[in-house]
Amino acid sequence: MASKYPVSKQILMAVNGDEAVAYAVKQSLVDVVAAYPITPQTIIVEKFSEFVANGEVYTEFIPVESEHSAMSACVGAAATGARAFTATAANGLALMWEILYIAASLRLPIVLAVVNRALSAPINIHCDHSDAMGMRDAGWIQLFVENSQEAYDTTIQAFRIAEDPEVLLPVAVNLDGFFLSHTLENIRMLPDEAVRAFLGGHRKVHKTYVDYLGKEVEVKLDPANPLSFGPLDLYDYYFEHKMQQIEAMKRVPEVIRRVNEEWYELSGRRYGDGIIATYGVEDAEVIVTVLGSTAGTVRSVAKKMRKAGRKVGIVRIRMFRPFPFDELREVLKDARVVGVMDRAISFGSYGPSYLEINAALSELKSRPVLVNYIYGLGGRDVPPNLVERMFEELLDVAKAGGTAERLRFLGVRGNV
Amino acid sequence: MLYEIRFHGRGGQGAVTAANLLVRAALLEGKWGVSFPFFGAERRGAPVTAYARISDGPLKIHQQIYEPDIIVVLDPKIPSLVDVSDGLKDDGIAVVNSPSKPDNVKASKIYFVDATGIALELGLVVAGWPVVNTSMLGALVKATGIVSIDSVISAIKEWWKGRVGELNAKAALRAYEEVKAVE
Repeated sequence: MASKYPVSKQILMAVNGDEAVAYAVKQSLVDVVAAYPITPQTIIVEKFSEFVANGEVYTEFIPVESEHSAMSACVGAAATGARAFTATAANGLALMWEILYIAASLRLPIVLAVVNRALSAPINIHCDHSDAMGMRDAGWIQLFVENSQEAYDTTIQAFRIAEDPEVLLPVAVNLDGFFLSHTLENIRMLPDEAVRAFLGGHRKVHKTYVDYLGKEVEVKLDPANPLSFGPLDLYDYYFEHKMQQIEAMKRVPEVIRRVNEEWYELSGRRYGDGIIATYGVEDAEVIVTVLGSTAGTVRSVAKKMRKAGRKVGIVRIRMFRPFPFDELREVLKDARVVGVMDRAISFGSYGPSYLEINAALSELKSRPVLVNYIYGLGGRDVPPNLVERMFEELLDVAKAGGTAERLRFLGVRGNV
Repeated sequence: MLYEIRFHGRGGQGAVTAANLLVRAALLEGKWGVSFPFFGAERRGAPVTAYARISDGPLKIHQQIYEPDIIVVLDPKIPSLVDVSDGLKDDGIAVVNSPSKPDNVKASKIYFVDATGIALELGLVVAGWPVVNTSMLGALVKATGIVSIDSVISAIKEWWKGRVGELNAKAALRAYEEVKAVE
């Protein structure tokens, strides 16, 4: 099927991943951007502030004094019905932590770009996913992108997903620091009017009947129709409100799938089913799961090995929250060994996605052997030869039928 | 076709910009490119590295380049500080900023051009430093044909408007004409 905007009608640009996000935000009719600079995110808001200064957007740009304030300002803005965006990384995200929960619990469809970076100490500006994993329980939808094109596409999609009346949850778009944020590559942008039409114009605030006003009003802070956001909620109703968040999360995968397909019809681009993207899994003995930009390297190694007759496959997890338990169980169930790559670790435990995948497979009568590979902490590069060695180790585990060494470390010095 | 290129220079010499300009030039020809710096504790004057991949089709990997096809050396003194030939392919090409035949670079084919001299003659000096990155791009595309000199000049003029763009374009063209191969 031909897309509505074939590549000839799209704008080809050479930009880095951060700029790709900034251009996406520029086209998304965002009312408020509140941000504080931190490497490797800074380019996003720097670029966006140029658009503001040049009068290319009508966004209220609030240069706040901290990330805690950045997210607080987004919460306030979104509560008035505005479309709000911010971006951060690492320690900045950690400082937002308290307000992340409030954004999700107030059901505010804020979009946050997280340019993944290692947490201090020691201080490190490079990529890993420890920052994102620290917010996984905050109630946000978390998407991980593989390249700058997907960073652009997903940032626009994120507004649609967040604002869907079935969802009304904030979305974090994760892109790998430096590997994407500071890497210049070709991307194709849709024309402004295409993005605007895709988003349905400015944010539409849903309505609800309010008994003390005796009418249906938009759910937003509005002096004409006063509502309270986040008042005291003790053991009488708090639990029920949490149940609403739990239920909202269940509706997310369907919305993401639909948005992925709609984007495909518009642009000709889609990312698996929007939830996971697979390669070579149908007959694979060994499947590796991975998040983010490393997927490109893992896929290219898997392609090479498959040409040599090795039965290996890859699953890139695009949606980490809500976690795709059913999708992964279905795709992994027939593999003999699954290697789970995590660019983060829960100290004293395993990598975050290993724990989830272990839970996903627990219902199976006969399940693949799982091995967790921690890799790339603090930006440590993962070259193709290291990925190939990992696949070889996993094929050995398949031959042996199991392993006692379930937690492994890729590309680190010392005998661990 | 896939070219992997590594640029060696000093912080402030424009190695990162050279890599970016090469990608933009490739884009103008309908090719695909990726460029990225090696970020360590870079500062003005210290050795820096930047990378570029140029291809006919979409590029899917984001890892560093360990076995480049081509190295571009922006500063004649850099080879005495870092092993610029590290991992260079057996049939690899080196393009070096040097007034005479360089004796400190190992490659199967070596090209050299006096980019510093060109910058000084054109008055292309910023904060006391001769600007050599655009000349080296001119020399690179003559030596390798990755993209045309016209695309490089267009990319330069898009990057810097007005007189600065003109001067840099002139530098690239001169280096394109003056680069020599070591026989």
